[in-house]
Amino acid sequence: MPYLELQNLHRDFGTVKALDGIEIQLGEGEFLSLLGPSGCGKTTALRLVAGFDRPDEGRIVVDGKDLTNVAPNKRDMGMVFQAYSLFPNMTARQNVEYGLRIRGRDKADRRKRVADLLELVGLGHAGDRYPHQLSGGMQQRVALARALAIEPRVLLLDEPLSALDAKVRVQLREEIRRIQLELGITTLYVTHDQEEALSVSDHVAVMYGGRIEQMGSPAEMYSAPATPFVAEFIGTMNRLEGTIVDGGVDHGGTMLRVDGTEGRPKGQRVLVLVRPETVEVAPANGGAAAANTLVGDVVTQTFLGPVTRLKIMAPGVDVIADVPTQQALALPVGTRVAAALPAQGVRMLELKHDVPEIAEEPAPAGR
Amino acid sequence: MKPRRFMAPSAFLWLVLGAAYFLIPLVATLLFSLKSNTTGKCCTAANYGWVVHNGDFWHTLKISILLALETIVISLLLFVPTIYWVHLRVPRLRPVIAFLALIPFVVPPIVMVVGLLKVFKGTPDWFYAKPWGFLAAAYVILAFPYMFFSLDAGFRSIDVHTLTEASQSLGARWTTTLFKVILPNIRAAALAASFLTLAIVMGEYTIANLSAFHTFPIFIQYVNETQGFPAGALTLLSFGITWAAMLSLLVVGRTRGARGAVIAGAR
Repeated sequence: MPYLELQNLHRDFGTVKALDGIEIQLGEGEFLSLLGPSGCGKTTALRLVAGFDRPDEGRIVVDGKDLTNVAPNKRDMGMVFQAYSLFPNMTARQNVEYGLRIRGRDKADRRKRVADLLELVGLGHAGDRYPHQLSGGMQQRVALARALAIEPRVLLLDEPLSALDAKVRVQLREEIRRIQLELGITTLYVTHDQEEALSVSDHVAVMYGGRIEQMGSPAEMYSAPATPFVAEFIGTMNRLEGTIVDGGVDHGGTMLRVDGTEGRPKGQRVLVLVRPETVEVAPANGGAAAANTLVGDVVTQTFLGPVTRLKIMAPGVDVIADVPTQQALALPVGTRVAAALPAQGVRMLELKHDVPEIAEEPAPAGR
Repeated sequence: MKPRRFMAPSAFLWLVLGAAYFLIPLVATLLFSLKSNTTGKCCTAANYGWVVHNGDFWHTLKISILLALETIVISLLLFVPTIYWVHLRVPRLRPVIAFLALIPFVVPPIVMVVGLLKVFKGTPDWFYAKPWGFLAAAYVILAFPYMFFSLDAGFRSIDVHTLTEASQSLGARWTTTLFKVILPNIRAAALAASFLTLAIVMGEYTIANLSAFHTFPIFIQYVNETQGFPAGALTLLSFGITWAAMLSLLVVGRTRGARGAVIAGAR
C-alpha cells in the first residue's frame, strides 16, 4: 500500500490551472522529486501536501489517513523552504528545539534530540549561533534538522538548495540523500534542476502545465523519456523532426535509418531524439552525405571538462554533439564536419502537437 | 608627525551649530528657571521645589503617563495582529490602510476633536467623561500613523510568509507564531512605535483641552500662563520625564530576545 498518495489534485488560481489532476503514489521511505520549469505546479503540489493551501478537488492521503482538510500545524510535515526560514531571534539550537517545545517534550528529551540532529547535519559545534552568524548552507542544514526534529510523516523540501552556490549545492544534496536514507523518511523534493533531481531521487516526476508528464526512476527518465517535453527537459537532446518513409525517417532530405520505425504508418510525423554523447563527429570529406549523417559547420565549442560540446549548424537543424576534448581540438569553430547519428539507442516519438518551448528558469530570489 | 584628525573642521562646525541649536534654549530655560519667583534674581532651586510639591503636577503627570501606556497597549494589540494579517493574507489592502493612516496627519486635531465629541456623544459616562475612555480612543487614532508606518517597516524587514509557514509546519498555532516568532522579530519596530506614541500623548494639548480633560500638557500650559519662573522649571522637568519614560521603555523592550529584532531590522 502506498504511504503518500496525491489523488486527482486540482488547483486553479483564477483562470490558471496550477494543478490539473495530479496523481502520485509513493512508498514509505522513498524519495520523489517533482521536477519542472517554473509555473509547472510543482511548488503548488508541495504546498497542498504541507497544508498551506487547499485543493479545489482531490485528496491527500498519508499512511491511510486523509489529510486534505487538516490544518498545516496538525499535519506533522517537516518542511525546508527555498528562502532562509530560520527564526532570526533564536539560535540554531532553539530553532531545532521549537517544534519539540510546541509538542511539550520534556527538557532532557529535547536536549538530546536537538544535539543528535545538529550532529547529524554536521553542526554540533554551531548550536549557539544565531542565523545571521551562519552561512547559507549552514542555515539550510539547521532548517533540515528543525524539520526532522518533529519526526515528520513526510519531509517536504521546496528548492532548498537554489539560493546556495554550486559547490555547497552538490555537497548538501548528497547529505540530504544520506540523511534521508539513514532515517528512512518519505521525502518529496521540489526542484527545477534536473541534475539535482536525477542524482538523489528514487523516483522523478516531471511536471508541465499542472500535469505529470512522466514519473519513473532517474534512469528511465533519462533513457526512455515518454514525451517530447520530458526528452527536452531531462538532459540535452537533439530533436529531429521527420516523416516515416520506407526504410527509415526522412529528415529534410536526409535519410535516418534508426530503430523504432517498424510498425509505424508511412507519412507519420515523428520526432527522433538523439543524446549528444551518442553523436560521432568527423571532418567532412566532401563526398555525398551518407544515411544518418548530417553535414554542417561547427559554430560553437563549449568546454565541459572531459568532453567538449560542439554545436553544428546543419541544414534545417542544429546538432549538439559531445566529443572527447582531445578530439575537439582538431575541430575548431568553422570546421565542416559530418555528424553521424547512431542507428540504435535513439528514441522516437510520434509528433502529435508542437513541443512546448521550455522557459528559462529565473534565478532564485536571493533573500 | 602630524596629529591624527578625527573630524573635518567643517563637520565639527556643523556639529557645534547643531548642538547649539538644541542646547541654547535648554540652557536659557535652565537659567530662567533658577531665578527667584519673587525677586527675579539668580540662583535658587525654589521653582523646582514649587513644582515637585505641587499636587496637580503629580496628578496630571500620572494621568498622562497612564494614558500613554494605555494608548500604547491598545494600539499594539490592535495594530500588530492587523498589520500581520494584512502582510500575510491581504497585501493588496496595505495601500488602503496606509492611506487611512495618513488621515490623522491631514485632519487638524481641532477638527478631529469636534468630530470625535459628536461621534461619541451618546456613549456612557464611564467612557465619555473619563480620560481612560474618550481621550485614550482619540489618542489611539492620533497614534495610528506612527504605529502603522513603524510596524509596517518592521514587518517588511522580515519574511512574514516563510516564518509563519515554517512555524505552522512545526505545529504552532497562530497565537504561538505571533508571540514566539513574529513579535520578537519586529520588537525594534514596536519599540519605535511605542516611543513615538509616548511622546505624542505626553505632549498632546488640543484634544485634551477641548474635551476638558486635565492632563500634563494642560497643567504645563496653566503654569506657563500663571507663573513665570516655575514654568521654566516645569518645562525642564517635563523634558527630563519624557526622556526617562523613553529610556525605561527601551530598558523594558531590550531584554532577552530583542537581539533578534535588531538583526531582523538590519536586514
